[in-house]
Amino acid sequence: MGPTLDFLTLLPYVSELLKGFTTTVILTVVTTLTGLSLAVAVAYLRVNAQPWVRWGLGGYVEVTRNTPFIVQLFFIFFGLPGLGIKIDAITAAFIAMTLNLAAYSAEILRAGISATAKGQLEAGRALGMTTLQSYRHVVLVPAFARVYPALISQSIIVMLGSAVVSQISVFDLTYAANFIQSRNFRSFEVYLLITLVYLLLAFGMRRSFMLVGKRVFAYQQGEQR
Amino acid sequence: MKSLSHRFNHSFSSRFKRLQSGILATGLSAAVALGAITTSPNVQADALEDIESRGTIRVAVPQDFPPFGSVGTDLQPRGYDIDMAQYLADEMGVELEIIPVTSANRIPYLQTGQADLVISSLGKNPEREAAIDFSDAYAPFFLGVFSADEDESVDGPEGLADKTIGVTRGAVEDMELSEIAPDSTTVQRFEDNATTISAFLSGQVDYVATGNVVAAEIAERNSDRAPSLIYQLKDSPCYVGMNKNEPALMEEVNRLIAQGLEDGTLNEMSQRWFSADLPENFGS
Repeated sequence: MGPTLDFLTLLPYVSELLKGFTTTVILTVVTTLTGLSLAVAVAYLRVNAQPWVRWGLGGYVEVTRNTPFIVQLFFIFFGLPGLGIKIDAITAAFIAMTLNLAAYSAEILRAGISATAKGQLEAGRALGMTTLQSYRHVVLVPAFARVYPALISQSIIVMLGSAVVSQISVFDLTYAANFIQSRNFRSFEVYLLITLVYLLLAFGMRRSFMLVGKRVFAYQQGEQR
Repeated sequence: MKSLSHRFNHSFSSRFKRLQSGILATGLSAAVALGAITTSPNVQADALEDIESRGTIRVAVPQDFPPFGSVGTDLQPRGYDIDMAQYLADEMGVELEIIPVTSANRIPYLQTGQADLVISSLGKNPEREAAIDFSDAYAPFFLGVFSADEDESVDGPEGLADKTIGVTRGAVEDMELSEIAPDSTTVQRFEDNATTISAFLSGQVDYVATGNVVAAEIAERNSDRAPSLIYQLKDSPCYVGMNKNEPALMEEVNRLIAQGLEDGTLNEMSQRWFSADLPENFGS
């Protein structure tokens, strides 16, 4: 006979759970915006910039995509102080998550960009658009619309992966759960609760992304089908 | 030794079973039990006299608990407890015989008469006090808040205000610190000891709550950031353990501990193994 479930034991820790939840949400919203913006820049430059810029960015993308996230995080938090660069825990978490999301999303976007036929870009130029204008309207936005579902998934993966920032003492949702678990030893209740919270966060994120997508890519809907 | 006593027990019990079938079983078993007690070495007349006449003191020391006791690269035991044992032997004018033990078997070694003293980072609690006697404290063992700045000191818990302190989540020091820290203290909790140490060594936190043993380990690894104690969270010093009812031995050990505190021998050992002076309240 095991111990009975008692979710009331979590009541004294509501403020910790709220604090952790808020941190996770803020981390996710900010890094999704910065990460996806950076990804657009990286994807653009990887296709159009000077060779040495392309190789440099290629190196960044490959290193990030082929090393564990927690190692990147530890390198920024514990390793960089060795070079005299001291970054506090929450900033280190922002940087690591942004760089991680940007590297994966840049690859996803690049696939979307290379799917655009060269002739379309030339057609845009022929219609009197500047290079940047035609790039934006003919290449980038359609590419974004094409790979949008993959970008949603990637952003959610990074949100879920943010759980490991608790390892460098960022007070996120997982940190709150570990903290509570170390005090009341009710691991089942605590982890069940935050499992549900992460699940809802992921669903919520997907829904909001879809709503934004419907607005932004409204005129693309016809082409998509 | 172990197998011998095991064999003895075995033949003893089989003989005992045969006897038990007899009518006088109850009376006989009581007599046998009594006999077993009187042959136990626990009831020796005077352990100190035995040590002196033998010319050797047998001390149980840890072999797996640096810096108290571990095996050096030359395969010889080394550490605070070994130095303490050597100091006692030298002052008593007898040879030292080291018996490496683990924390699980250190008290049985004493109770079966195979060791005269246990100097094995032994802490005191009522359960143990019922079984053996304890000398005065000979080694510091405490949890505290340590600073990277060796000149810093605080007067009480309120001195920890506005500081960011690293600690291992869920450890005893986390509980103690969370209890006394003012609201303005930021407690940064890390997953395990290694991560907490990394955070301190990399300068991510300038304060760390941990044990003096871990602090000594940090000091050994990086003397530039040797942690220095600013506030003690919990004190649980180590004592020399000996069998009960040995007043002469107890008096001698306590006299030598007091002498060692007085003449700085113990402080020297503390500096050697913990890279720190004995805490100010030590021995009081």
